[in-house]
Amino acid sequence: MVWFYLSSGLFLGWSLGANDAANVFGTAVATRMLRFTLAASVAAFFVILGAVISGAGPAHTYSKLGAVNALGGSFTVALAAALTVAWMTKTGLPVSTTQAIVGAIVGWDLFVGLPIDRPTLTKILATWVASPVLTALFALLGVYLARALIYRVRIHLLDLDLYTRMGLLFIAAFGAYSLGANNIANVMGVFVGSNPFRDITAFGVLHLSRTQVLFLIGGIAIAVGILTYSHRVIRTVGNEILKLSPLDAWIVVAAESLVLFIFASRSLQHLLMQLHLPTLPLVPVSSSQAVVGGVIGIGLAKGGGRALNLGVIRRIVWGWVITPVTAGLLSFFGLFFMQNVFQQQVYRPMVYTVDAETLAELRRLGIQSPVLDSLRGHTIVGARSWQHLLKEAGLSGDQILKVLEYTEVDSLVMDSLLAQEALPPDLFPPAFLRPVKALHGQLFLHHWQLERALARLSPAWQFRPATLENQEYNKALRARYQILFDTFQVDRVREFRRRFVLRYPRM
Amino acid sequence: MFQLFKKTRELENKIDAFLDTILQAALEYREGMKYYLAGKMEDFEKRVQEVDRLEGKADGLRREIENTIYAQMLLPEARGDVLALLENSDDVLNALADSLVEFSVEKPEILPEHKEDWQNLVEVSLKAVEEMVAAVRAYFKDIAAVKNHIAGIMFYEKESDKVGEKLKRQVFGRTDLRLSHKMHLRNFVSFIQDLADRAEDVGDRLSIYVIKRLV
Repeated sequence: MVWFYLSSGLFLGWSLGANDAANVFGTAVATRMLRFTLAASVAAFFVILGAVISGAGPAHTYSKLGAVNALGGSFTVALAAALTVAWMTKTGLPVSTTQAIVGAIVGWDLFVGLPIDRPTLTKILATWVASPVLTALFALLGVYLARALIYRVRIHLLDLDLYTRMGLLFIAAFGAYSLGANNIANVMGVFVGSNPFRDITAFGVLHLSRTQVLFLIGGIAIAVGILTYSHRVIRTVGNEILKLSPLDAWIVVAAESLVLFIFASRSLQHLLMQLHLPTLPLVPVSSSQAVVGGVIGIGLAKGGGRALNLGVIRRIVWGWVITPVTAGLLSFFGLFFMQNVFQQQVYRPMVYTVDAETLAELRRLGIQSPVLDSLRGHTIVGARSWQHLLKEAGLSGDQILKVLEYTEVDSLVMDSLLAQEALPPDLFPPAFLRPVKALHGQLFLHHWQLERALARLSPAWQFRPATLENQEYNKALRARYQILFDTFQVDRVREFRRRFVLRYPRM
Repeated sequence: MFQLFKKTRELENKIDAFLDTILQAALEYREGMKYYLAGKMEDFEKRVQEVDRLEGKADGLRREIENTIYAQMLLPEARGDVLALLENSDDVLNALADSLVEFSVEKPEILPEHKEDWQNLVEVSLKAVEEMVAAVRAYFKDIAAVKNHIAGIMFYEKESDKVGEKLKRQVFGRTDLRLSHKMHLRNFVSFIQDLADRAEDVGDRLSIYVIKRLV
């Protein structure tokens, strides 16, 4: 079954490759500086490298899809996002795959009856504005700088051609590597917990962990997307908005990479912090939207934008708006079909209990209400009715989210053998694995209880104070917790034990 | 990677060699015309042959350059401009060779009292050609300098017009010459003026190409 579910992740990977290839080498191919076959092969190779080497690191495996609590649901949500991106790719519009995924998850939230958190929507809106504006600004400056340089530095026309070509190839490789590293979690992240693969060692030296094998397959899906279906979006980005010169092509991708590096990279923040310099604000940026901004910036620098094809730009912006909306709708209706027609579980029913322990915990967070106290010992089924009750009790939106999180019942049974077998050792080194095993046999009703128990056993499992320095660590820890929640579901543990008994009948 | 740098360097050298050939042909032309005006026909013929040889050499170089640019898909945007530039420069060289051959075949009779003006006409027209070569070279290497060279071409082309007109007026103002003789000389004045005109055409194109590169 997991293979079937995996197919929608692979489809998403393919769409991602087909759409996002244009951000990486679209302008280079459209200006005929790089041959499509060369650029696409280089990008395909580096996308796989990025996915396998950097993507499988603990901080990268956190996937947004992880919030979806049943594989059937993840399948549908990923499929909705993939279909949306594939449709946009067919129309030749560069769109952000992440936003398609977020839109599809919102569809799932609505289907299940969970509240949508406002920051998600604000972030999407902010990305639409921030990425193109910042990149346009950088590209604009780039054009003036390049003009001044060509005039002053005596560089041979052919040398300039060669350097531009090499610069484009370098950025294509570099961009493809980060594309693979940053997006593989969206494609394959959900399956890390139910990974059907084993570690492999090729030629006696090349060792791939099972997570890396999983990501290799996902990386190949992205690479296939790049090689087979990226030409439409490339034409839009590189030719239709504005006719670019080779140097412009380079300025666009350089501006895009710079914006991503300066405003979205944690490593730069780290470096600035270590040098005791003020850090820059992290802005949500998307490379698909950045590259369009870059081309517009060039257009503005040359002739004040008269050469820009406004019709195409309008279509692209429409595509940005349509993407999350369509993905959300597709996901919502897809889940309906999946559940009612194909009889698949798309979410684990949300059950909430108000037990004494949780009440105490909530009180510590400053949330208390006579209604909550009066419900002590009660179980509520369904997110919608629980939300309704809480709203009537007069709790604020943030408080309701917290109460939902803390009272949610998710029966987890710890099992040391399953831990040994299912948790990928590259993500769970001994410092993390030992405390998990130590909890063998214990039952947890709420996620926060497992977090509390592990944090008590080992400092490695404790979230660190939310400073920039600790961001990476906390993100990796969040990913680990998510894998635990998936792995130690009571059903899954039962299934594992049943098979274990079949495998070793005498034990 | 190293190969790429090497190939680029080779191509740059070929373009330089092509432009050098035009320059060399202009020098030979100047010398050749000096001999012609001095009546040293044997030395003149040697120069005619030399310019002819240079023309062949330049043709070969130009074809090699064009093939390389297309085969290796270099300069996707400026490719058309570069090709037009090379071909039009080559036309100037062809005009140099052709006009020398015409002198050698038809041997126009130049009157001793006009010799200085003929010398002058050759000089300013060749100056225009030399400025053109410098401008083309600058287009490749030093874009800021192109403008100055284009101004040079324009100046010498005007000079060539003036000197040519003066010469024609002198010729046609005389009563002791047959009309056929006058017309024969007029043709040869035009041949030499044509050199500067063609150089000017290249300059005109260049001024557009420069804008294209800088925008």
